[in-house]
Amino acid sequence: MLDYPQINQEYCNGCGLCVMVCSNGVLALVHNIAMVYSMGTCVYCTNCEAVCEAGAIRCPYEITIEYKHFLNL
Amino acid sequence: MVDIDSLKNMPYLLGLETDELEDVMRSVFEKSAERNEIIVHEDEPAQALFFIVSGAVKVQKTSSEGKEQILGILRPGDAFNDVAVFDGKPAPASAIAMSKVTVYGLNRTDIVTLTVRHPKIAMNAIQILAASVRRYISLVEDLSFRNVTSRVAKLLLQYAPDQAQVEEAQARPRLTQQDMAGLVGTSREVVGRSLKALEEEGAIRVDRHRIAILDKDVLEEISAED
Repeated sequence: MLDYPQINQEYCNGCGLCVMVCSNGVLALVHNIAMVYSMGTCVYCTNCEAVCEAGAIRCPYEITIEYKHFLNL
Repeated sequence: MVDIDSLKNMPYLLGLETDELEDVMRSVFEKSAERNEIIVHEDEPAQALFFIVSGAVKVQKTSSEGKEQILGILRPGDAFNDVAVFDGKPAPASAIAMSKVTVYGLNRTDIVTLTVRHPKIAMNAIQILAASVRRYISLVEDLSFRNVTSRVAKLLLQYAPDQAQVEEAQARPRLTQQDMAGLVGTSREVVGRSLKALEEEGAIRVDRHRIAILDKDVLEEISAED
């Protein structure tokens, strides 16, 4: 399970807004395309997804259920 | 330094001839803001209309209890504080830099004079303000007539794996806040607010890339609300 933004580079228009709003230096523009540069520092604030007008960035959530429900606790 | 090429792409100034843009440019000032800096404070007197040149700005209202409602995330080319500038009343919302931001500003007195001198600015303003009204009508609809929180709760229950599926939970679809907004018919901002409300109720925990259902009964109760 990836816990950093997923970037569809085909959609990226190189505007760089995602890089600017990321407070942890996770993203960088390489040859005008957004890329994950430092995945370990991502706090999953999802600001990069919110500002991406091109729809190139996704920060998906896995939906889970606490185990106690399966034990009827 | 104010750049005429950036100015001509600003929606308020679309269609202006070069000599008209040069006239506008004489009144434009540039301002920079660091991340999290408040560029416009809610309730401050109307001073200037701002256009974003680079970076992103969020416009938000804050309640007396400190709850925030994001009204919009603005990008280069977008303008803010226009309502206060045109009606002369205090700013209805705050504008906060989400990154290092550069904006161009036009003082209230200058924009009024320029609008009289260059009527295209007035026509652009009508279109921009009409688009804002349309956006806010949609937000009012979401907040007033729809119980989005109960629909988000229902969605989470639908997407949570049941006992038989728990082994294959990894294969289940993962949803972004934008996906959830599309599925329940609202905006990404309202989904964020609903998730926060469900967390406050103790029904879920949002943990990085995971939304964990902590109390299925509470979530079911909320999902049944009108």
